[in-house]
Amino acid sequence: MASELIKKYYRTDTLPTIWCPGCGNGIITSAIVRAIDNLNLDRDKVCIVSGIGCSSRASGYLNFNTLHTTHGRALAFATGIKVANPSLTVIVITGDGDCAAIGGNHFIHACRRNIDLTTIMFNNSIYGMTGGQYSPSTPSMDKSTTTPYGNIDRNFDMCKLAMAAGATYVARSTSYHVQQLIKLIEKGIMHRGFSFIEAITMCPTYYGRKNKKGDGKEMLKWQKEHAVSVDNMKKFSKEELSDKFLIGEFLNIDEPEFTEKYDKMINSLKVNSDDK
Amino acid sequence: MMTVKLMQGNEAVVDAAIKAGLNFFAGYPITPSTEIAELCSEKLPLIGGKFIQMEDELSSMAAVIGASLAGAKAMTATSGPGFSLKQENIGFASMAEIPCVIVDVQRCGPSTGMPTMPSQGDVMQSRWGTHGDHPIIVMSPSSVKEAYEITIKAFNLTYKYRTPVILLLDEVIGHVRERIEIEDDPNVTNEKFNLPDVNEYIPYKNVLNGVSPFIPFGLGYKYHVTGLAHDEKGYPTNSTDVNERLMRRLLGKIENNRDDICVYDEKIRKDSDVLIVSYGSSARACKESMKMLGEAGINASFFKPITIWPFPEAHFKEISEKFKYIFVVEMNNGQLYLEIDRLVKGFGKVIKVNKFNGEYLTPQYIYEKVKESL
Ligand SMILES: Cc1ncc(C[n+]2csc(CCOP(=O)(O)OP(=O)(O)O)c2C)c(N)n1
Ligand code: SF4
Repeated sequence: MASELIKKYYRTDTLPTIWCPGCGNGIITSAIVRAIDNLNLDRDKVCIVSGIGCSSRASGYLNFNTLHTTHGRALAFATGIKVANPSLTVIVITGDGDCAAIGGNHFIHACRRNIDLTTIMFNNSIYGMTGGQYSPSTPSMDKSTTTPYGNIDRNFDMCKLAMAAGATYVARSTSYHVQQLIKLIEKGIMHRGFSFIEAITMCPTYYGRKNKKGDGKEMLKWQKEHAVSVDNMKKFSKEELSDKFLIGEFLNIDEPEFTEKYDKMINSLKVNSDDK
Repeated sequence: MMTVKLMQGNEAVVDAAIKAGLNFFAGYPITPSTEIAELCSEKLPLIGGKFIQMEDELSSMAAVIGASLAGAKAMTATSGPGFSLKQENIGFASMAEIPCVIVDVQRCGPSTGMPTMPSQGDVMQSRWGTHGDHPIIVMSPSSVKEAYEITIKAFNLTYKYRTPVILLLDEVIGHVRERIEIEDDPNVTNEKFNLPDVNEYIPYKNVLNGVSPFIPFGLGYKYHVTGLAHDEKGYPTNSTDVNERLMRRLLGKIENNRDDICVYDEKIRKDSDVLIVSYGSSARACKESMKMLGEAGINASFFKPITIWPFPEAHFKEISEKFKYIFVVEMNNGQLYLEIDRLVKGFGKVIKVNKFNGEYLTPQYIYEKVKESL
């Protein structure tokens, strides 16, 4: 099955990937591919746009219309694609640094517009590609190459930010809970409007080593033990939840979508000018 | 057929762009370019096109590239500080060979400077604003009519050479209103090509003239576009050899086609040892000052590059030889001057005449500067 999917959707001439052994990027990428396969999307109409970072290299490995942009700007490029040609299914791959730091402003505005893009943010809690500096999602007091004494910054909860900014589909899962992740990505793609899916993943090379979190396998185990489903949240006390994070679907609402509103406006102008 | 109209430079750019097929504009308001965005927001939806006001200039440039890749004819417009913000993604468009037009209506700088005052301070930024050696085409009109014609040419060139084209207006040309005659059927050359077999399309092929056809996303040619150094298929590479070939092709497609790209205007007089070089609104002031010089017995010749980058090197070198003095007149502290001096290897023969305080260059000022240097 896996090799079938590789033949069908990957650019085999670009493999192997540049990713380190134990990196979670491969798992998340294949979750995206499985979601696309399950939905039976027309590959010629799928466009994958990414920023810059280890995770953003995923676009190059996948055989779709793929665009690897500048650091943090993937959502802005994707907005141009979607507005110019709304018939394309546009999926955005971004890292936590790419999306939350340099791309933060584009992120909140893409949410606000409720434009039909599906964004999957690979959250490995660190800047991988540049060698392990802290990102806006590095937990407080964790170590990185630029927080040698511990991170005194407070970190973002990007799902909450997405909801506050106006995204209409928001969910989170992990590279351990891959079946759930696939389902959430499928729902995000089918959702008409801005969908944000945070995928917690692991960078054993930098985040893992600096913070003594072990290898890829141990980091997966950590995800398993620290993730709590939103549906079961009530069963836990506040203390029990203090070192846990929530996974599942946080928001799924219907609101007018940007490109649809645009087309309506254009059509109403046509009607008006026909009246004259 | 011709239509006569009264219009502003900024308006001429919009009308010409629409004539050339513009159907996507993304931008962020900034003086003195704002009318371009406003007019696009009004006109594009009426023809089924899209206008989007993005959150800033970085995203506007990004959206323009995305839209172009999705098959739209795309443009953005800005001024000084916004032009600086666009630079990273202008470099992306050069590297990934995405057609697009960027209008920069120059204002007085540096920094936020004097927003409503004219300047020609972005000549070097338009050439070298982004990092790395890269291809670029920059054109600067000196009248509303020229703004119209050059905008059409900009769209033709951006597709022909798959490289961003920058329209460098100055505040005067952006805002002045003039009566112009417009051809109803301007020469818009939509590059037509037979779509290659899907499996045979190589987006960055090292072809003879340097340019593989540009095919938008969604038509079945699932290729990769990146700002990283890439091979002919578009895949990232760290091979210095592959990158060398890529860079030579990118630079060559412009260098080797100067004759096709470069547009200029000139009036070379026989018994004249003074040449005045100028562009944009400054060139207009020069024309007037040349009359004054003529009355004072100085027979000056004139050269106006409309394409500034690439500069028409060979031609200029040839004509420059016979002059004793070359004056370069511009609203900055001597940016095109550097290029002219380099070409002529001047030994004091190239003299700059400048204003960079936000004032216009007046014919009187130019006249006096030329006279006192002779
Ligand atoms: C404008 C700009 N600034 C900085 C960089 C350097 N840079 C490349 S990737 C990266 C961080 C990537 O981190 P993240 O988005 O978390 O992705 P990861 O590599 O962890 O998957 C940075 C800072 C850049 N390419 N461009
Ligand atoms: S540095 Fe980290 S994120 Fe990047 S490939 Fe290696 S493990 Fe993955």
